[in-house]
Amino acid sequence: MTRLPVLILGAGSDIAMATARRFAEAGYPLQLAARRTERLERDRADIELRHGVKVSLYDFDALDIASHSALLDSLPDLPGIAVSAIGLLGDQAENESDAGAAIRVMRTNYEAPACFLGEIANRFEARGSGTLVGISSVAGERGRATNYVYGSAKAGFTAYLSGLRNRLAGKGIHVLTVLPGFVDTRMTAGMDLPKRLTAQPDEVGRAIFAAVQRRRNILYVKPVWQLVMAVIRNIPEPVFKRLKL
Amino acid sequence: MMLSGWGRFPRQSCAVSDPRDIDELAQVLQAGSAIARGNGRSYGDSALNPVNTIDMRRFGRMVSFDPMTGQIVAEAGVLLADIIDTFLPRGWFPSVTPGTRFVTVGGMIASDVHGKNHHLHGAFGAFLDWIEVMAPDGRITRCSRTEKPELFHWTVGGMGLTGPIVCAAFRLRRVETGWIRQTNLPTRNLEETLAAFETHHSSTYSVAWIDCLTGGDTLGRSLISLGEHAAASDLAWDKRKQPFDTPAKRLLSMPVSAPAFVLNRHTVRAFNDIYYRRGAARPVEELSDWKSFFYPLDSILNWNRLYGRRGFIQFQCVLPPAASAAGLAALLERITHSGLGSFLAVLKRLGDAGTGISFPMPGYTLALDFPVSPGALDLLTELDRIALDHEGRFYLAKDSRMTPSTLRRSDKRAEDFRAMRQAMGLSSAFTSSQSERLLL
Ligand SMILES: Cc1cc2nc3c(=O)[nH]c(=O)nc-3n(C[C@H](O)[C@H](O)[C@H](O)COP(=O)(O)OP(=O)(O)OC[C@H]3O[C@@H](n4cnc5c(N)ncnc54)[C@H](O)[C@@H]3O)c2cc1C
Ligand SMILES: NC(=O)c1ccc[n+]([C@@H]2O[C@H](COP(=O)([O-])OP(=O)(O)OC[C@H]3O[C@@H](n4cnc5c(N)ncnc54)[C@H](OP(=O)(O)O)[C@@H]3O)[C@@H](O)[C@H]2O)c1
Repeated sequence: MTRLPVLILGAGSDIAMATARRFAEAGYPLQLAARRTERLERDRADIELRHGVKVSLYDFDALDIASHSALLDSLPDLPGIAVSAIGLLGDQAENESDAGAAIRVMRTNYEAPACFLGEIANRFEARGSGTLVGISSVAGERGRATNYVYGSAKAGFTAYLSGLRNRLAGKGIHVLTVLPGFVDTRMTAGMDLPKRLTAQPDEVGRAIFAAVQRRRNILYVKPVWQLVMAVIRNIPEPVFKRLKL
Repeated sequence: MMLSGWGRFPRQSCAVSDPRDIDELAQVLQAGSAIARGNGRSYGDSALNPVNTIDMRRFGRMVSFDPMTGQIVAEAGVLLADIIDTFLPRGWFPSVTPGTRFVTVGGMIASDVHGKNHHLHGAFGAFLDWIEVMAPDGRITRCSRTEKPELFHWTVGGMGLTGPIVCAAFRLRRVETGWIRQTNLPTRNLEETLAAFETHHSSTYSVAWIDCLTGGDTLGRSLISLGEHAAASDLAWDKRKQPFDTPAKRLLSMPVSAPAFVLNRHTVRAFNDIYYRRGAARPVEELSDWKSFFYPLDSILNWNRLYGRRGFIQFQCVLPPAASAAGLAALLERITHSGLGSFLAVLKRLGDAGTGISFPMPGYTLALDFPVSPGALDLLTELDRIALDHEGRFYLAKDSRMTPSTLRRSDKRAEDFRAMRQAMGLSSAFTSSQSERLLL
């Protein structure tokens, strides 16, 4: 059986690469889109050798919104599955004092991935099939002092994915929202993360693969996060505003 | 973090980093005298450095493969297990493999590992075409037998002490199936064992499990296994269509350390006895799948925990052919006398010596392991002495307790190695707990 490729946006991220590898292992060809794809040449060679699937690289900047449809037009095949790992944690203190920095975080976590997946959704809809995977974050479930610029953008992205899912349900198109919790990646390098709450990129890749196969809607990679977030969401605001989280 | 080799002795608190590319690796080298670490399957302290241990496993990508020559180019952190998973289904197998496939390419080069075919084909280094090594200043040097041959010579078998290997090219061998035609030969004593090795010198693979708890007439009784890669025509016709499909092995795991009483002289003696009897009753000829033949221990993850919390120590020496019979008899007598049975005792014929301070040389190699105890440490000191008396030398990948003078008496090359490190400005840039202990 020849499979339609999986398109990965932000493919240089550890989570994206682990996800790509999991799909390649199952025999899916890959379309990897990232900034400066020359960094991905070794991974391309490795994946092709190990799994015998075709891997193509595409250079793009997600913030250049106009380029999205051009990139999609240039693909030899419209993918069967598209995954966005695009994101930027940024520095909260800097975001508070520098609107330019804040806007960059907002655009990278919300505007860019939402518009890109929205464009793909239209093409999937025209075809009548496809799966969209958006990697958002539990940080979007409630704004906290330590990362609310990032969190608010992720909240927007999560809501967007939920709307997309609602719009496309019954049209053969599936939308998966991934809320990974803490993951041990380049984004979190050097942070002191609690071990039990932290997933490895590999784990996230496998969980995404399984969730796509099972057509799940929302994926918390480590189940404990569902509980943690239920608690955090339900703390009354008068109490919450005084907490240091 | 607390770190050890596979023997879980010694354990040391080590600062560990895991750089993801050449630039980060170069950066990490600036933090002070460093040692590269692969998958931690060497037994002792060769991949430990309290101030700067560099986990190389992120260098985990295969770069290319040439089906004409069987040459694979791979980064140093690639696991042998992944290479087999990728290439066996296409008809290729490692030219040399140690007794576990959970080792990295870098670790195999640094220990110049030998397999059951050493007597005919040599060690891993014999199949290496080139390697890339990082110098203390972060620059990468490619070396081979013809290009920077001195660096190549000392890096193969050099236990990481010439700098981190980042990439290597080496050759796989063609195979028709994932099966081995195995021949089992029980022998009744040491004389018969050595005679069998010599008689079957042309077998591709040969190794013996040796019972080191029986003395007297049966001293050195063994189960020898010989092997050849099976051709497709050796398989039953229903297997011929999928010659690389072998039964999936369930991975067992030792979740916790065994209490100390699990391995004592009585249980080890009973095990050895049962093992010998069962082995002697096996059919002479059988087909084994590649995992059972090459990697019997790999099906029990963390089997090293069997030895309890204190860990275990390995002893592995090689004796030259002329001294082998007398030397092995003396070693076995000493072990039998001590009553400290070794659970896993392996005897193997080795062939030509490799480069640098690589371990193998023509003769017989004996590998043993013992749970750590004062008695075992004393016994190993005596075994060192017996090996020295018989012109033997020792395998650094297994060592955790030898003294610098034992090393120097066993191996004239140790001083040359140290001098080379000094001359090339490597002594202060690359050190392991083992190199400090052995004054390398
Ligand atoms: C069950 C078992 C069976 C074994 N059987 C055999 C056998 O049959 N024959 C045999 O020869 N050996 C055997 N060994 C030993 C094993 O093959 C070697 O110790 C091998 O070096 C382990 O590789 P590693 O990747 O785990 O390296 P580690 O144990 O992490 O490191 C070993 C040495 O290699 C160096 N090193 C690792 N990576 C690099 C790198 N990238 N650059 C420079 N130096 C590096 C380290 O500094 C250290 O000196 C066996 C071990 C086990 C546990
Ligand atoms: N790590 C965690 O704990 C965690 C937790 C929850 C959610 N997430 C989310 O998971 C996703 C992957 O993150 P990660 O942890 O793997 O970290 P990461 O490496 O920082 O991933 C972010 C990716 O987005 C790419 N990107 C950013 N701006 C871009 C742009 N303008 N154009 C193209 N690509 C751009 C980055 O590419 P460059 O390499 O070119 O910068 C990078 O590959 C992110 O959306 C992140 O928010 C992570």
